[in-house]
Amino acid sequence: MLRFLASRLLLLVPTFIGISIVAFGFIRLLPGDPVLLMSGERSLPPERHEELLRQFGFDRPIWEQYFTYLWKLLQGDFGISFKTKAPVLNEFLTLFPATVELAFCAMLFAVIFGIPAGVVAAVRRGSVYDQSVMGTALVGYSMPIFWWGLLLIIFFSVTLQWTPVSGRIGLVYFFKPVTGFMLIDSLLSGQKGAFTSAVRHLILPTVVLGTIPLGVIARQTRSAMLEVLGDDYVRTARAKGLAPFRVIGIHALRNAMIPVITTIGLQVGTLLAGAILTETIFSWPGVGKWMIDAISRRDYPSVQSGLLLIAGVVMLVNLIVDLLYGLIDPRIRHGR
Amino acid sequence: MALLDIRNLTVEFKTASGWFRAVDGVSFKVDAHEVLAIVGESGSGKSVSMLAVMGLLPWTATVTADRLQFEGRELLGMSKRERRKIIGKDIAMIFQEPMSSLNPCFNVGYQLTEALKTHLDMDKAERRKRAIELLSEVGIPAPETRLNSFPHQLSGGMNQRVMIAMAIACKPKLLIADEPTTALDVTIQAQILDLLLKLQRETGMGLVLITHSMGVVAETAERVSVQYAGQKVEEQPVRGLFKEPHHPYTAALIAALPERAHANRLPSIPGVVPGQFDRPQGCLFSPRCGFATSLCRVEVPPQQRELGDALCHYPLKNGVALGHPGKGEAA
Repeated sequence: MLRFLASRLLLLVPTFIGISIVAFGFIRLLPGDPVLLMSGERSLPPERHEELLRQFGFDRPIWEQYFTYLWKLLQGDFGISFKTKAPVLNEFLTLFPATVELAFCAMLFAVIFGIPAGVVAAVRRGSVYDQSVMGTALVGYSMPIFWWGLLLIIFFSVTLQWTPVSGRIGLVYFFKPVTGFMLIDSLLSGQKGAFTSAVRHLILPTVVLGTIPLGVIARQTRSAMLEVLGDDYVRTARAKGLAPFRVIGIHALRNAMIPVITTIGLQVGTLLAGAILTETIFSWPGVGKWMIDAISRRDYPSVQSGLLLIAGVVMLVNLIVDLLYGLIDPRIRHGR
Repeated sequence: MALLDIRNLTVEFKTASGWFRAVDGVSFKVDAHEVLAIVGESGSGKSVSMLAVMGLLPWTATVTADRLQFEGRELLGMSKRERRKIIGKDIAMIFQEPMSSLNPCFNVGYQLTEALKTHLDMDKAERRKRAIELLSEVGIPAPETRLNSFPHQLSGGMNQRVMIAMAIACKPKLLIADEPTTALDVTIQAQILDLLLKLQRETGMGLVLITHSMGVVAETAERVSVQYAGQKVEEQPVRGLFKEPHHPYTAALIAALPERAHANRLPSIPGVVPGQFDRPQGCLFSPRCGFATSLCRVEVPPQQRELGDALCHYPLKNGVALGHPGKGEAA
């Protein structure tokens, strides 16, 4: 197990370097001069422009800029944001809990509803329930996030006024963040109604962000279950006189979990990409919204390091998924 | 009262091209302390009829019977919940493929104690003790450590022993073994059969042994039911069956035993069991039968009560086909 972990960690190094090249290169492919964008509407004397370019190192060849960046990365220096002049890593870590909170709730929503929906659809294959669930799932993951978000806002926030339109918590509540997770911080603050307010703010973004993973997980669970339901050990379980809940929920589902877990792991990437749109729609102060702002400002250090950090999180999640395989299926555990 | 009493059991499957009758009017009884073998080729409906008793057929199957009773209780009209109290406790079943019949994700101990937990009022320590007891009963060495093994860490023979231990966990009154040795090495086959018979003698349970091997039948069974294309074609005590088979199919099966072959080539039965689309009109065995006449091809044969229930127009007696018109008309 340890050897496996070490080899997987070692494999992350080339992946990481690849991503750093892509992240570094792509933002520079975009037209637009960061120095000009920083100076805003004031005209900049050409000498001053030259001087600033030199100061940021933009006059050097691109490969040299990249190696400088990589060297600093190795020393733990993720760069300084052009806009705020604060270290990118600090900004990222301040904003990331908001994204994690939203993404985690969205994934929880998708798993809690997606897996049972898929299991029941598989058990009642061909029934009206099966067809309607699979049809709904297809619509769900074909839906453009921004449009779905706006629809929900119009219906639940504007027409019914059940949920707030944007933000993480009502403006009347103020407390210093401890963990960065609003649900936890609001509880820690001890202020009455703060937690409820945080939950109410979280509902719509969670549903919007969780819709695509929900559809994908439901469909994947259904097909994985269909494959194992005909297996011999399922018949053995039934031959023991076990209740259907145990036969399906324990004997069959555990064997069907490998492809489902894989899907969940892959959806984490989709989720973080989706967070960019969802956070923008709901003015959610997370890294998604921060990235969009950074891209439009050509804030090179923020974009390249932000991408790298998000990619790191996705890779970490997939590593965890790989470790989970062994937990679920002893044949994988012992095969190593 | 018979332990298991089946009368006129019919199982039909709904397929894309209509109904397929896998079991066609089968009747037999099994008593306590008895070993009944059900023999027949693949596709003769042996397993399906027993899966119908267990209630393990897929939803595409329709089961009808005049009587399907276990200890005098009718199984067919029973609620699913009631039936689950019998299945796995009083009637247990083991299957052909031990490697795939055990769940790869759970260890032996978990799967073994599951039935105990479901059917018997035992606490965790008692269940563990009983599991160890069961494993040593089926001849698994070092049972304490084996409890934590997973199926993929055991051999096929060991896995089948675990399956048997699982099946006898709640001391069933009837054990159905569906080709328990087919997937195993020849040397292991004999061990598993011996084990099943030993357990049957010790506990006094009824044993239904589904097999396609006449050799297994000869060594184990007391009574034999021969099935062909979903029908029971003959039933006799084992001695009588080997001494004097009444149905031409049984006779052909026995003649095909390698031990009885004298010529250079092994005798065989030409053709295959009819399927959904080539089902003959009269006797189902007529296309492959050396005695078949035009009558056999048109008319469904009667059951010869006196001659082992043989389903035949011209049952064999002392090697002669009774009432057979002779070679000339046979063609």
